Amino acid sequence: MAGAYDVIVVGGGPGGYVAAIRAAQLGLKTAVVEREHLGGICLNWGCIPTKALLRSAEIFHYAQHAKDYGLRIDGKIGYDAEAIKDRSRKISAQLNAGVGFLLKKNKVDVIWGEAQLTKPGDVRVGKPLKPAHQPQAAPPKGILGEGTYQAKHIVVATGARPRVLPGLEPDGKLIWTYFEAMMPDAMPKSLIVVGSGAIGVEFASFYRDFGAEVTLIEVLPRILPAEDAEVAALAHKRFEKRGMKILTGTKIVKLEKGAEGVTALAEDTSGKSQTLKAERLISAVGVTGNSENLGLEALGVTTDRGIIVTDGLGRTNVPGVYAIGDVAGPPMLAHKAEHEGVICVEAIAGLDPHPLDREAIPGCTYCNPQIASVGLTEEKAKAAGYELKIGRFPFIGNGKAIALGEPEGLTKTIFDAATGRLLGAHMIGAEVTELIQGFVVAMNCETTEAELMHTIFPHPTLSETMHESVLDAYGRAIHI
Amino acid sequence: MSIKVLMPALSPTMERGNLTRWLKAEGDTVKPGDVIAEIETDKATMEVEAVDEGTLGKILVPAGTNDVPVNEVIALIAEEGEDPKTLAVGASAPKAAAAALAAAAPAPTPSAAPEQNGAPGNVVAFPPPAGEKPARRFASPLARRLASQNKLDLAAITGSGPHGRIIAADVTAALAAGPAKVAAAPLPRPTQSDAIIKQYFAPDSFDEVPHETMRKTIARRLAEATAAIPHFYLTIECEIDALLKLRGELNAAAPKTPDGTPAYKLSVNDMIVKALALALVDVPNANVTFLENSMLRHHHADVAVAVAIPDGLITPVLKQADLLPLSAISNTMKDYAARAKQRRLKPQEYEGGVSAVSNLGMYGIKEFAAIINPPQSSILAVGAGEGRPIVRNGQIVPATLLGATLSCDHRAIDGATGAELLAAFRHRIEVPLSLLGI
Repeated sequence: MAGAYDVIVVGGGPGGYVAAIRAAQLGLKTAVVEREHLGGICLNWGCIPTKALLRSAEIFHYAQHAKDYGLRIDGKIGYDAEAIKDRSRKISAQLNAGVGFLLKKNKVDVIWGEAQLTKPGDVRVGKPLKPAHQPQAAPPKGILGEGTYQAKHIVVATGARPRVLPGLEPDGKLIWTYFEAMMPDAMPKSLIVVGSGAIGVEFASFYRDFGAEVTLIEVLPRILPAEDAEVAALAHKRFEKRGMKILTGTKIVKLEKGAEGVTALAEDTSGKSQTLKAERLISAVGVTGNSENLGLEALGVTTDRGIIVTDGLGRTNVPGVYAIGDVAGPPMLAHKAEHEGVICVEAIAGLDPHPLDREAIPGCTYCNPQIASVGLTEEKAKAAGYELKIGRFPFIGNGKAIALGEPEGLTKTIFDAATGRLLGAHMIGAEVTELIQGFVVAMNCETTEAELMHTIFPHPTLSETMHESVLDAYGRAIHI
Repeated sequence: MSIKVLMPALSPTMERGNLTRWLKAEGDTVKPGDVIAEIETDKATMEVEAVDEGTLGKILVPAGTNDVPVNEVIALIAEEGEDPKTLAVGASAPKAAAAALAAAAPAPTPSAAPEQNGAPGNVVAFPPPAGEKPARRFASPLARRLASQNKLDLAAITGSGPHGRIIAADVTAALAAGPAKVAAAPLPRPTQSDAIIKQYFAPDSFDEVPHETMRKTIARRLAEATAAIPHFYLTIECEIDALLKLRGELNAAAPKTPDGTPAYKLSVNDMIVKALALALVDVPNANVTFLENSMLRHHHADVAVAVAIPDGLITPVLKQADLLPLSAISNTMKDYAARAKQRRLKPQEYEGGVSAVSNLGMYGIKEFAAIINPPQSSILAVGAGEGRPIVRNGQIVPATLLGATLSCDHRAIDGATGAELLAAFRHRIEVPLSLLGI
């Protein structure tokens, strides 16, 4: 067997491979164990392929509205579901190969198979316990095979999988998870989406753009429960305007599968029920950590409902065993996993990183219109006892938004009145997922309202709504 | 209602401690006075006693947890008629009976500590040297605003951000620590990062041992002391032949205890401690503690004695050593040294002191200079006694000489005062009957 490693990362997703590369940069002898796809769910079955699909939906949407921009497209505007899917798969394959290249460049060994932590310092790699999702990209060249490997530090980065609700068990045919939802054989004409978090609304938005009758069901009183209520309400209105049916405070109490689709009995909190029919149903009720079959129980690693319990630097209660990313708890986002991976191995290498700041993790949802946020919602900031200064700026007051033909949107900022600390920023509208980073940088550098006010925002850009929103929080907005 | 057991403050300056061991398990019955856990502070391991009767229902902080904040709930005790299994933190009695110290140490409430600006114990906030323009401190905008709103000097805060930049968390931590703590920086960092330093050595050529709390405390306090205290050094030689003779006679005359052992066995060091204590009283200007806005002039002399223990060092303090007979100094030191090695000294036994004795004579060290341990204002470094020819009345005669170097804090003790103290010390050593008192 190969000599001992300083670090073995179990899982080659965005948290795992980034942690491994950072460890290699710090001079640690590092390996990654992967059983299925380098790049993990994010790159193969999540963030990236769905963005490819949504790009097709977006262009289709613009083509249908070409007239609004003075353009004429003669003939029928159509789509090829197979080609859309192929494009998405090719992009994933390209990036998957890219991860293999990056690991090789950084001299990180890749060990192929299913990992088990057999005893402190040992990782046994065996055959994968379940078949890979297809299509599977070829494993990179030069991988190591099954066997027992030693490492001083073992970082568990095994990610998460779709949560399964009793009665809504995915069957791969009529009831989908995100795996099937991004690999449609044909565009369904009607669709029920259960769960209105980021994954749910993105698929609802995608299939609506391609003409499906979409019903979005959320058990909580409002959609996008993690987002600011004001932004969620705007999204709700926009989705309905685009022809989506939304049922909040509602759950599915009975589901029947037929030959051509499903029949669902939905019941709201008042007990009122209705029957819904659709060709397909997507279950997007959250994800759950992959903490099983790793040998964690035998090692005495503390877990809580499938989540490995860690401190802010990825350390578990067992010395030498660490966990990062989805399996270490929410928010289950690739960029949170990457950051956790970096600070975890920096601490291992003896650097002194700051623990993860959960209040500075941005979130982006790529529905139409886009939603992006960082920090506290208004509700949470109030509950935390802050005296607030809140600024709002609508896209209708922004020249670039009007020129783009995207005048519907809002940038909302929330400040601590006592200190001027930026507590939260919430955006809905065109390209906001590309804009939020301005607020994230501001938050991370601990700017107050004063620095944001003194910053020059380029004209004409959508980013001016960010400036105006800050000004509005202090009664100084110019264009409203 | 269940009773919360809180992480006790073992000293006014304690912010965090390590919970080393639970001596009772969940489900064990406890009664007042039972030792339920052991806590490691900066320098000692302490026992936590239960003050209430009941069943140890839930251990919330497992053994081996480091840096447990003072006042954190570490366990819940179920009272009679309560099911220990169903205890929850929220449902516990707000009276929060804090576990008391063994030997009923006066555990001050930690919330009161920040107000104690007069620096009890060993924490003294050293002002920056007068007339020196402070260097620019990089700080985030939010950190600057928080500091100015709270009238906190950024110069007193250590930054933990990139390139040592002060971030908001550093300011809030400094505020939470209170004014006395502002100057107490975290463990001084090596000038190069650990990772870089490690690269200088072959990877398999060393074992890496994480710092214990004591090592961190030694590193922090001595780095602070060298940076903040302007040291100067005075060396003298004392003839100790008379002292050695007297020691022999006193030890020979020691009465026997009922079990047949001598009631005391004086060491040279015990006599040196007493001589320094008396010299401090002889020279009141040297028997002082330097505070930011005032000087404490002591009526008696509390003398610390450095005790080497495995992996560290601790300086128990003999309170009012000038008043203690040699036998008491000797027996107390034996007890302190034994308990220091087991890390069982109580904070009030090793905090404070006006001066100190550090003796490396037993290693044959001729003379050396020691670093002052604040709030003390001086420290006497004692070397080995050595037989040497000296000239007396034009004759070369043999004598036993002992070298002693006094390190003085120039803010508190000027050169002539330090010299007076050292001369008084030599007189007491060379006329050893003066140590006996009349």
